[in-house]
Amino acid sequence: MNVETTQPVITVNNLVTYYGDQKILDDVSLTVNAGEIMVIMGGSGSGKSTLLRYLLGLHSIDGGEICLFGKDISRLSTREWMEMRKKIGVSFQGGALFNSMNVGENVRMPLREHTQLDENTMKIMSRMKLEVVNLAGYEHLMPAQLSGGMVKRAALARAIVMDPSILFFDEPSAGLDPVVAADLDNLILRIREAMKVSIVVVTHELDSAFKIADRITVLDRGRILMVGTVDEVRHSDNPRIRNLLTRTSEDEPVDADEYLQRLTEGAMRN
Amino acid sequence: MTFPVEDKQGFSVVILNGEVDLNNSPDARKVILTCLKKMKHVMVDLSNVEYIDSSGVASLVEGFQYARTNNLEFGLIGVSEAAMSVLRLARLDQVFKIYASLEDRLENGS
Ligand SMILES: Nc1ncnc2c1ncn2[C@@H]1O[C@H](COP(=O)(O)OP(=O)(O)OP(=O)(O)O)[C@@H](O)[C@H]1O
Ligand SMILES: [Mg+2]
Repeated sequence: MNVETTQPVITVNNLVTYYGDQKILDDVSLTVNAGEIMVIMGGSGSGKSTLLRYLLGLHSIDGGEICLFGKDISRLSTREWMEMRKKIGVSFQGGALFNSMNVGENVRMPLREHTQLDENTMKIMSRMKLEVVNLAGYEHLMPAQLSGGMVKRAALARAIVMDPSILFFDEPSAGLDPVVAADLDNLILRIREAMKVSIVVVTHELDSAFKIADRITVLDRGRILMVGTVDEVRHSDNPRIRNLLTRTSEDEPVDADEYLQRLTEGAMRN
Repeated sequence: MTFPVEDKQGFSVVILNGEVDLNNSPDARKVILTCLKKMKHVMVDLSNVEYIDSSGVASLVEGFQYARTNNLEFGLIGVSEAAMSVLRLARLDQVFKIYASLEDRLENGS
């Protein structure tokens, strides 16, 4: 058996972040190894998308450190960051294609932004990736002419157009019917296999998480509840994780005074 | 940096090596298209390639299409497993003419 020494591609140590004076991520630590699919799970508002935004260096952190490819991203020069950014593919929550551009131009965007490749090369590259996501022949359509599943796939094609080493994917299957969602899961697995890319996927969908994950990070109100394999998470007896898995929203105790106040504020005119 | 070309048995053999990526795939493209524009049959030798990205593969695709429209032969030799998986993802393994070596092409025909 061939034992590989896997150096983490992503290392997050004790990350703390704030939006204004609200602490959003609190002491978050995790690693993602080369070629690994790490799924981030957690309730709405737990900080999943925020974590991706910080991993992408979109905001400066308030504590801890984030290393990509072994380098502390807060210490990179603009130039070094631009080089690193070429190796990172992203598909944000909501797909976020540019509505004013057709599908082909959307997929080519990162190439235009980061390379000086020949126009023919860019065309062929974007079409290759549209083939991969099964959107061959759709390059001239506008985003508004696509179904939800097609938008996600086009966004995925754009995210992998530069052959990234790291792929961030926020909510790939949200809002899709189960068959389409399962197709997308298979596609993610196929891409990992062929491109040896490390993938961080944020998802609410348990089926999807269990199918694609090597390991799962469970976030809860900005803190890490657990990092483990699919089996470890599945069999966890932590009540908050069980809650998430069985999707019973936990019963927060109701403070009657506060609740009534919230409902009636400004509405009680005599 | 550029890539060497050897003329052998009626073919221009373009020898790619190392990592073919965004930085040097334009060179690979230029070398391949230059040979084809001289109306040479082209074999691209990938046996010394450690990694080839999609921009490199796109250059091969463009070369192949150019060759076809000009009735020239275009093939790949010594395709490594790593390169093959990149081709397979976009099903290009079914498109290119792929040979073990130039000898393989000469012995078994196109
Ligand atoms: N730009 C922002 N400014 C201020 N607060 C923000 C901003 N973005 C997110 N937040 C807050 O940060 C917290 C975490 O939000 P985040 O979007 O990371 O959640 P999430 O886990 O991705 O949720 P969902 O599953 O609904 O997408 C929330 O309380 C949210 O209100
Ligand atoms: Mg989110």
